[in-house]
Amino acid sequence: MKYKVDKNGYYGEFGGAFIPELLYPNIEELALNYERIISSETFQKKYIQLLKDYVGRPTPLYFAKRLSEKYHVPIYLKREDLNHTGAHKINNTIGQILIAKHLGKKRIIAETGAGQHGVATATVCALMNLECVVYMGAVDIERQAPNVARMKMLGATVIPAKSGSQTLKDATNEAIRDWIGNPEDTYYLIGSVVGPHPYPDMVAKLQSVISEEIKAQLLEKTGTEFPTKIIACVGGGSNAAGAFYHFLENKNVELIAVEAAGKGIETKETAATSQIGDMGILHGSKTLLMQDEFGQVIEPYSISAGLDYPGVGPLHAHLFQSKRATFLNATDTEALEAALELTRLEGIIPALESAHALAVLSKINFKKDDVVVLNLSGRGDKDLATYQKYLEHEQAK
Amino acid sequence: MNKLNKIFKEKKNRISSLFFTAGFPSLDSTIPILKTLEKEKIDFVEVGMPYSDPMADGETIQNSSKIALENGMNLDILFFQLEKAKDEISIPMVLMGYLNQVLKYGVDKFCERCKASGIETMILPDLPIFEYENFYKEKFEKYGIQSVFLITPQTSEERIRKIDALSETFIYVVASASITGVKSEISEKQIAYFNRIKEMKLKNPTMIGFGISNKETFDTACEYANGAIIGSAFIKMISESKDYLKEISNWNFTN
Repeated sequence: MKYKVDKNGYYGEFGGAFIPELLYPNIEELALNYERIISSETFQKKYIQLLKDYVGRPTPLYFAKRLSEKYHVPIYLKREDLNHTGAHKINNTIGQILIAKHLGKKRIIAETGAGQHGVATATVCALMNLECVVYMGAVDIERQAPNVARMKMLGATVIPAKSGSQTLKDATNEAIRDWIGNPEDTYYLIGSVVGPHPYPDMVAKLQSVISEEIKAQLLEKTGTEFPTKIIACVGGGSNAAGAFYHFLENKNVELIAVEAAGKGIETKETAATSQIGDMGILHGSKTLLMQDEFGQVIEPYSISAGLDYPGVGPLHAHLFQSKRATFLNATDTEALEAALELTRLEGIIPALESAHALAVLSKINFKKDDVVVLNLSGRGDKDLATYQKYLEHEQAK
Repeated sequence: MNKLNKIFKEKKNRISSLFFTAGFPSLDSTIPILKTLEKEKIDFVEVGMPYSDPMADGETIQNSSKIALENGMNLDILFFQLEKAKDEISIPMVLMGYLNQVLKYGVDKFCERCKASGIETMILPDLPIFEYENFYKEKFEKYGIQSVFLITPQTSEERIRKIDALSETFIYVVASASITGVKSEISEKQIAYFNRIKEMKLKNPTMIGFGISNKETFDTACEYANGAIIGSAFIKMISESKDYLKEISNWNFTN
């Protein structure tokens, strides 16, 4: 079984590029050039240097002692929360902005859910002196106000997406519509391993620095490159793709993807695509999708804006269908509890998205010789209002 | 030869077409609108299957889709309405929507229901020709269903030739790089593009759409193509009118 993309842009049955003819030249330009650009010496030199000096990589692989004691298994946290701008998202935006520059694009558009990708895009646009327009669901603008303020301070224009559920899915639709109307000078900087080929593969490659570092760091700490389990949250799935990437072909490493169950997968308010979705086409990719019997996309729900997406990237759909990865999920409440637990045990406030990954630690029966790496994809500063409300609620009990 | 081929054979220019969303403005409005358009001698219609995530559509069509879905429109109801009215309607219809609707309904079931409803032509803007050739062409053809493809100002000559070779009904010439319902005048740059397409002497007839909104833009488009398609402007008219059937009858953009 192959887990990486084939020459037509497919992962098994999933992937492809289902795009209107209007976007064909842009996608074709990217598909023909991205591998060559990424593997070129000039790109690699700039990319690696910026990741080191500007982003602050490598991020530490931290042995979480008290958390490990609690769950009776060694747990290493990959500290993507320590990246510049507070999440793994910037690994991708640094790479894509260099590609956009190489292609001579003048204007950058992006979609964002939690605002992390929006901030990471606005940041690299400031760095490279490029115009930046970020589409963000009107609902998300409300619940992630600090990130909206950051994007604006960085000079980006934030446009509210007011269609549909007014969240990440709709922001993505609006960004695609913008690109259709501005095919020549504009580059669409997608934030996750979703969208038409080559985006899922390109973003996975740019995020693969996470698992590359994990291998080297784990070797240094434990004498082996391979953990027995890697845990990461999945909305679109970019941090999971990055954390899994260099372990995909090693079956001894169990890949654990954690989706947002929202109020529970038995309720209608959930974003656990693999549990209630089936094959469909979303944002130009054949993947797993939450939809009704007529193929209308069902609006997802999660407390976490970054996981509030009705699909998963095609790589993850393939990992799910082929059973290469184990798909678990965590509810809003479980994520909040896990966030508080990590904060109190380790002094690290995680992003709500990453808290979903932490929440499954209590659901897994660990074996005696397990070694766990958990990708702590982002920090929780942006979620303080939500956490505060939760704490007040808990204290009132 | 299907009904649309016949029209293009008999009429070489000023072919008129309108797009509207099934189930908009009300669940039962689709058949009355079709009958009115037939009475007014519109050459053919495009019936939009309302979709939750219409990525190539602007606000007007998005809103009409949203309302149609809220009205309860779905493919079962649409096919039921069309089958029931089949003997009363002879205006050729093109079904337009997004590939996911067809996939989820089941490609075979979808094609069977099209056939039973008298629909012989389909436009799925997010079905690229690579996928069409490799996975769908044979199946659609088995049911006698033809696909129409879009070309845009950015489409290369080589690709236009390829689309021309794959097409059997007409080629949908997207007037500008935009989603539906945005531009209102036709620029010199667009004229140059229309001329470029005209001079390619394609084997298929061409219809210009996206941004065609009134008699003036319709007339201009017809100078460079066999006809033109009005979508968003027609939907706007329906949504702003108290008696839209009457207004459709009074709306004259073809003479």
